[in-house]
Amino acid sequence: MRAQFVLREIGIGLRRNLTMTVAVIVTVAISLALLGTGVLIRQQVETMKDFWYDKVEVTVYLCGEVSRRPSCARTAVTQEQRDQLLAELSATPEVDTVFYESQEAAYALFQEKFADSPDLVDNVSASALPESFRVKLKDPTKFEVVAAAFDGRPGVEEVQDQKALLQPFFRILNRVQFFALVVAGLQLLAAALLISNTIRVAAHSRRRETGIMRLVGASNLYIRLPFLLEGVLAGLAGAALASGAMVAVKVFLVDRFLKPTFAFTAFVGWDEVLMLIPALFLTGALLAGLSSFVTLQRHLRV
Amino acid sequence: MPDRSVVWDSVIRLEDVTKSYPTSSRPALDGVDVAIGKGEFAFLVGSSGSGKSTFLRLVLKEEVPTRGHVHVAGNDLSKLSRWKVPALRRSIGCVFQDFRLLSNKNVFQNVAFALEVIGKPAHVVQKVVPEVLELVGLEGKARRMPDELSGGEQQRVAVARAFVNRPMILIADEPTGNLDPNTSVGIMKLLDRINRTGTTVVMATHDAAIVNSMRRRVVELEDGKVIRDQERGVYGFGG
Repeated sequence: MRAQFVLREIGIGLRRNLTMTVAVIVTVAISLALLGTGVLIRQQVETMKDFWYDKVEVTVYLCGEVSRRPSCARTAVTQEQRDQLLAELSATPEVDTVFYESQEAAYALFQEKFADSPDLVDNVSASALPESFRVKLKDPTKFEVVAAAFDGRPGVEEVQDQKALLQPFFRILNRVQFFALVVAGLQLLAAALLISNTIRVAAHSRRRETGIMRLVGASNLYIRLPFLLEGVLAGLAGAALASGAMVAVKVFLVDRFLKPTFAFTAFVGWDEVLMLIPALFLTGALLAGLSSFVTLQRHLRV
Repeated sequence: MPDRSVVWDSVIRLEDVTKSYPTSSRPALDGVDVAIGKGEFAFLVGSSGSGKSTFLRLVLKEEVPTRGHVHVAGNDLSKLSRWKVPALRRSIGCVFQDFRLLSNKNVFQNVAFALEVIGKPAHVVQKVVPEVLELVGLEGKARRMPDELSGGEQQRVAVARAFVNRPMILIADEPTGNLDPNTSVGIMKLLDRINRTGTTVVMATHDAAIVNSMRRRVVELEDGKVIRDQERGVYGFGG
């Protein structure tokens, strides 16, 4: 195999077909960028879950004098019920730690949190705030176990999963991810068809050369390799652009905009972005290589 | 007709070959038995549509026969796997009426192309191409582009390209069809010289004057059948 010959043929092919090649590169770049975005959103969700699930707790609110729940029977939780609940919570295998927050402690936190609004603080007394058990789970997804065991028990007003507060946000991210992946899928299909068409046009415009190559006994590999590599090269160029876009998203969108604006949460790190780049190159090369190969099988036979 | 029932040293042998195309009710070749020996020079004559081109395409395995067997250079082509077809074609050189040169390459590059695409190293190309250009009488024209050459010269380039790999067989499909009689004589002399190196030459042609002047073997086809196979023949009895 003479590399010089193959490289020269690729050069001729790419130049002769410049507009189509540019179209292929742009389409591949867009589809891979969308694919990468979808993957990054997935990883963003994972990162946030890791970050938040360590911090969220299940709160078991206990009945106060003002509670209206049937389980409270219009009376505050008794010491006996409190001790019983604490013992059972501590004995539940899914529970990691249990922390008791009294009405006074809740009031102190309330005062601290609303220090800017003295009117509000003045109108609320400690007895209006519920006492609670703050339960940390070994596995934050096992909320249902605790809820099923303790919700509606005498003395329990409500079992609340803080994780549920994050759900709407994750739902939005998941929808954006789904949308990005669907569009990426359609774009990848378009890219494959465009590559296939480009290779077909290229094979047609060079049918004189390939005809002579066949007649003088060039092997299939020799005839097809320049076309195949042209496709793969365009795919790799598209992957390079998409990788650049991913780095730009990380630098400009995540680091310079999202991080300062939403300082309370964690964002995808460079690890995830850098892991994505080889995957994009591989996808680009495979996409282009496969669609070229299939096209050549059909349109360039010995 | 000469007796060719026992030809064990033939390089091309068609055994009861029939080739039908789906678009035509009459077969392009119909029960053809022909053997061409090593080093022979054979004309394939007959009117358009008589089956000459199909004959040549079968030899190159561009087509497969509907019935019968084609043997080329010791291979039964019906048993030759697809990936061995390039090797078969390396043992056959081809020349056509329309030259089929690459207009964006000069004479040297056109001939070199045939070697490059079968993976010959550069030093071989540099050595062999000038030799073959000299053989066909194009020394000094290596840097010319095809459109700067006369028809006869272009056909010489095509012959050089077909012969540069020293094939066992040279197939020429109407090589003088686009050339004037004087130029044609030059091409025929060249083919004759190539034949004298031991290369088997099979030439399909309409050109009665050339066939008559060469006095070589003539295989005449009509409606896909061999109607004449003559040593040292002429184009036709009636012309």
